[in-house]
Amino acid sequence: MTSHEERFQALIDSEEKIESTDWMPDGYRATLIRQIAQHAHSEVIGMQPEGNWITRAPSLDRKAILMAKVQDEAGHGLYLYSATETLGVTRDEVVELLHQGKHKYSSIFNYPTLSWADMGTIGWLVDGAAITNQVMLTRCSYGPYSRAMVRICKEESFHQRQGYEILLALCRGTDEQKAMAQDSVNRWWWPSLMMFGPHDSASTHSEQSMNWKIKRVSNDDLRQQFVDMTVPQADYLGLTLPDPDLQWNEERGHYDFGSIDWDEFWQVVKGNGPMNRERLSHKIKAWDDGAWVREAAAAHAAKQARKKEVA
Amino acid sequence: MTESAIFSGGPQGMPIPTPDPHFAYVLRHADDNLVAAQRYGEWISYGPELEEDIALGNIGLDHLGQARSLLAHAASLEGRGRTENDLAMMRDERDFTNLLLIEQPNGDFAHTMARALFFDAYQVGLWQALSDSTDATLAGIAAKALKEARYHLRHSSGWLVRLGDGTEESHERSQRAVDALWPYTSEPFQPDAVDLAAAEAGLGPDPSSLESEWRSRVSAVLGEATLDVPTDPYRRHGGRSGFHSEHLGHLLTELQWVARRYPGLKW
Ligand SMILES: [Fe+2]
Ligand SMILES: [Fe+2]
Repeated sequence: MTSHEERFQALIDSEEKIESTDWMPDGYRATLIRQIAQHAHSEVIGMQPEGNWITRAPSLDRKAILMAKVQDEAGHGLYLYSATETLGVTRDEVVELLHQGKHKYSSIFNYPTLSWADMGTIGWLVDGAAITNQVMLTRCSYGPYSRAMVRICKEESFHQRQGYEILLALCRGTDEQKAMAQDSVNRWWWPSLMMFGPHDSASTHSEQSMNWKIKRVSNDDLRQQFVDMTVPQADYLGLTLPDPDLQWNEERGHYDFGSIDWDEFWQVVKGNGPMNRERLSHKIKAWDDGAWVREAAAAHAAKQARKKEVA
Repeated sequence: MTESAIFSGGPQGMPIPTPDPHFAYVLRHADDNLVAAQRYGEWISYGPELEEDIALGNIGLDHLGQARSLLAHAASLEGRGRTENDLAMMRDERDFTNLLLIEQPNGDFAHTMARALFFDAYQVGLWQALSDSTDATLAGIAAKALKEARYHLRHSSGWLVRLGDGTEESHERSQRAVDALWPYTSEPFQPDAVDLAAAEAGLGPDPSSLESEWRSRVSAVLGEATLDVPTDPYRRHGGRSGFHSEHLGHLLTELQWVARRYPGLKW
C-alpha cells in the first residue's frame, strides 16, 4: 500500500468521512460516481410514474401533496447530481450516460401506475424501501453523499407517510376503494422487495463497497428490515401481502417470506420490463425538446456578457 | 355587503338561487387559478431542464393553493354545503368561468411562457387591487397571492427575454407564441355584470382599470425580448360567461374523472 492508500484506509477505518478534496482510489471514485449518478437518475425517472397521476388526482388536497412530492424528487435529483459533480464529472456527462443506456436507474420505476391507489403504494412501499436503503447511506464514508442522504431522508419519511395516508383513506372507504388498494399492493409488493438488489451471494459489487463503507448493510439484511417493518403496517391497513409464505418466525425474530422471481428481476434490469422503453424515451424526448430552450438561454447569456465587456 | 349576502348561508338542498355575484366573482378567479395549476401540472417531468421542472411545479402549486383558498371561500359564500372539491370536480364546462387565455394548451415552452407572461402581468395588477377588497378574506388571499404572482412574473418575463433574444429558432418560436395568444389578452379587462357589481361593492377593481398598466408591463418585456407587439385586431372573449374554447373540456375530463367515477367518496 502506498502512503496515500494507508491514509485513506485509516480514515475509513476510523469512521471519518472522505471529502472531495481527499485522495481516493480510482475504484472508490468510479463506484461512487456510478452509484450516486444512478441514484440521481432514479429520482428523476421516478417523477414519471407519479407525474402520470398529477392531473387526475381525485381531490385538490391530494393533488397538492402529490405535486409537492414529485417536485421534492426533482430536488433530490438535483442534490445528488451536485454530489456526483464533487467527484469530477458533470451532470450533463452522467445524464448522457443514462440516455445512452449505459447508466441504470431503479428498476421499480419500470412498472406502470394504473390506478390512483398506486400513488399510495409507491409512497408507502417504494419510498419506504428507499428510506431503508438511504438511512444506511447516511453513514456512507463519502461525506457529500452521506450529507445529501441526511437531507433527503427527512423528505422521504414525509413521502412515505403521505402514501400510507392515501391507502388508509382507501382502506377505510368503500369496497371498491379497498379493492383498488389491494390490487395496487398486489402489483407493487414483489418489485419493492426487488429494490434491494440480488441476494448477497449473487451480488458482485457488494463486498468491495462494504469494505469501503459505501454500503454498510447487505442487500438481504436491508430487505429483511423492510419486510419486518412493513408487515405490521399492511395488517393495520387490513391488506394482504401477496405472499403465502409470509409468516412470523419466532426463532429468528423476523418474518419469513417467499422467494423472489429472479428471472423477472433480471429481465427488468436488462431493459425488458413493462415500462423501460417508455421511461427512457420520455426522458430523452423531454431533453431533446428542451434543447432549443437551453441553447437560447446560453445564447442570451453570452450576448449579455459581451454587452458587459463593451460597456 | 352586496345584495348577494341575501343568498349566502341558506340550508343545503334549497333550490339554486340566481347566481350570487359575490360568489360568482370569487369563483371566476378561483377557476383561473385552478385551470392554470392543471396546465402547469401537465409540464412535470417534461421540462427543458430539471431546474425548470422544479420551477414549473412551484408555480403550479402556488396557483393550486390560490385556487383552493378561493374555492373554499366561494363555497362558504354560497352556503349550500358544497366544498372546494365539489366546486372543482362536479361543475361542467359551461359552469367554469376562467379566462380563455389560461385554458390554452401548453404548446412548446415559448407558448407556456408567453401565456404565463400575459397571465402573470394581469394577476399582479389584479391581486394588488384585490388586496384592498372590502371582502377581508379575499383581500387576505390576494395579499399572499401578490407575492407569488410577482415571482411568477419575474420567471415568465425572464424566460421570454431569454427566448426572444436567444437564438433565431427561439426568437421565431416566441414570436409565434405571442401572436397566437394575443387574441386572448383583452378578455381579462372586459368588465361584465359580475365585475361591475363587484366594483360597485368595493370587492374588486373594474377590470378595465388594469389594462394600461398591463400593457406597459407586457410591452416592456416584449421590447427587451426583441419581440413585436402584435397588431392583429382579432379578439376572443367568452370564458367569463362559460363560452370556452374546446380545450377546456379535455382539461376538465382529466381533472375530474376519478372524482366523478366515484362520487361522494373520501380520498
Ligand atoms: Fe427521493
Ligand atoms: Fe420520495
